Amino acid sequence: MSPPVITHVEQTPAVTSLRSKDLLGIADMAPDEISLILDTAEAMKEIGSRPIKKVPALRGKTVVNLFYEPSTRTRTSFEIAEKRLSADTLSIAIASSSVVKGETLADTALNLEAMQPDMIVLRHPSSGACHLLSRICRSAIINAGDGMHEHPTQALLDAFTIRERKKRLAGLKVAIVGDLLHSRVLRSNIHLLTKMGAEVWVCGPPTLIPTDVTRFGVRATSHVDEAVADADVIMLLRIQLERMEGAFFPSLREYFNIFGMTEARLRGAKPDVMIMHPGPMNRGVEIASEVADGPYSVILDQVANGVAVRMAVLYLLAGGVEHETAA
Amino acid sequence: MPVVMDADRIARTLTRIAHEIVERNRGVEALALVGVRTRGVHLARRLQRSLREITGHDVPTGALDITLYRDDLMRNAVGPQPLVRKTEIPFSIDDRTILLVDDVLYTGRTTRAALDALIDFGRPRGIQLIVLVDRGHRELPIKADYVGKNLPTAPEESVQVCLEESDSRDEVVLQQGGAA
Repeated sequence: MSPPVITHVEQTPAVTSLRSKDLLGIADMAPDEISLILDTAEAMKEIGSRPIKKVPALRGKTVVNLFYEPSTRTRTSFEIAEKRLSADTLSIAIASSSVVKGETLADTALNLEAMQPDMIVLRHPSSGACHLLSRICRSAIINAGDGMHEHPTQALLDAFTIRERKKRLAGLKVAIVGDLLHSRVLRSNIHLLTKMGAEVWVCGPPTLIPTDVTRFGVRATSHVDEAVADADVIMLLRIQLERMEGAFFPSLREYFNIFGMTEARLRGAKPDVMIMHPGPMNRGVEIASEVADGPYSVILDQVANGVAVRMAVLYLLAGGVEHETAA
Repeated sequence: MPVVMDADRIARTLTRIAHEIVERNRGVEALALVGVRTRGVHLARRLQRSLREITGHDVPTGALDITLYRDDLMRNAVGPQPLVRKTEIPFSIDDRTILLVDDVLYTGRTTRAALDALIDFGRPRGIQLIVLVDRGHRELPIKADYVGKNLPTAPEESVQVCLEESDSRDEVVLQQGGAA
């Protein structure tokens, strides 16, 4: 039974639900689905400012956070989002699990599924791990970062943060500077920003620019001043020392001298430029401390918005998919 | 499609309710209006204007979205989730009397959800319920304190409240045979 029938539906957005049972990546999503998540996140953000920061929406739902890689920000953010929606949550730290005894990802997932969770949030070092689980699991799978593939909730919270300040995404110049090669944040952001009509520039040392990255509809350069010129948004990516197996550039000091975001370099951007970083930051490598802590930085807003965006994703996926419209 | 209230009737009704609010609460100092999205919010704003004309005071006014408190969320095995909209209550509700405003009172389930939501914002001195139309068929023990119009209906009929702010006209319509 639906509650009180106020038969009028207000100006309905293009879609009222997501098309997939999982959130595996931005690549498969349509612009109207992205907008739905961002709009829902606006409503979710308000909940965090209440005296009682909890709504009963996901009561009785069980969410498993399965993290095969270290993570502070993303895991905490998902856990807080789940708790604010009243879901029952558990987080599995891989170091203390059967994985160290040799169990495969698929077996771990099937064993967890036997305990009837509704959603599994997965972070894994292998690209495509979430797609594998999505095929074998009944639960909704949320990608919290898979290898060098995608990190969709990060791109969504970045977009939310940009939209909050600039009121739009279309037509903005976004410069993404840093370790492009190893970055799943980059891939998700490229998909999202180009789908929403932003002009995306990527910049890094030639050794860290993925081959054919321009096929995704972005411009690539190794001249940081060209990327930053008139930018509305500058997004810095971490130099992922743990994924560097070869010598991609001579030294961190040289990287900072050529690509590091300093106040002097910012002057080429728009006067109201936003500085973003998905964290964790290497101060003095990809970003100078005076920029990270400066007036243009929205880095902590990104973290705050992450909770609202993840609440929106959890809420929207919790209903499952069956293609009819609610009355 | 019988029109049961036209624009004039709606305007007079809201003015009457505003006077009743002032009379019953002996002023408006410790009051706040909270409208239930969507049309309850429009009605709350109109009542705020009427109360300002009568008393010269601005009663704080907020908007409440009850979606996340609905008792039918996730009751179906699968299906799209109802749309969530923003709740905006930019004042403390502690020790105030809250005037909860909705367009139609029917089963009482929306009101139950709204009461639960409000309590998460603090501890009001009291909550009074204002509805433009009470169409009967309650499923929960809930009663309005101020009613614009009591409208006897059959369960298969539907009551449609149209307001200038969202529907470009002021009108309450009784429709046969369920939702339009």
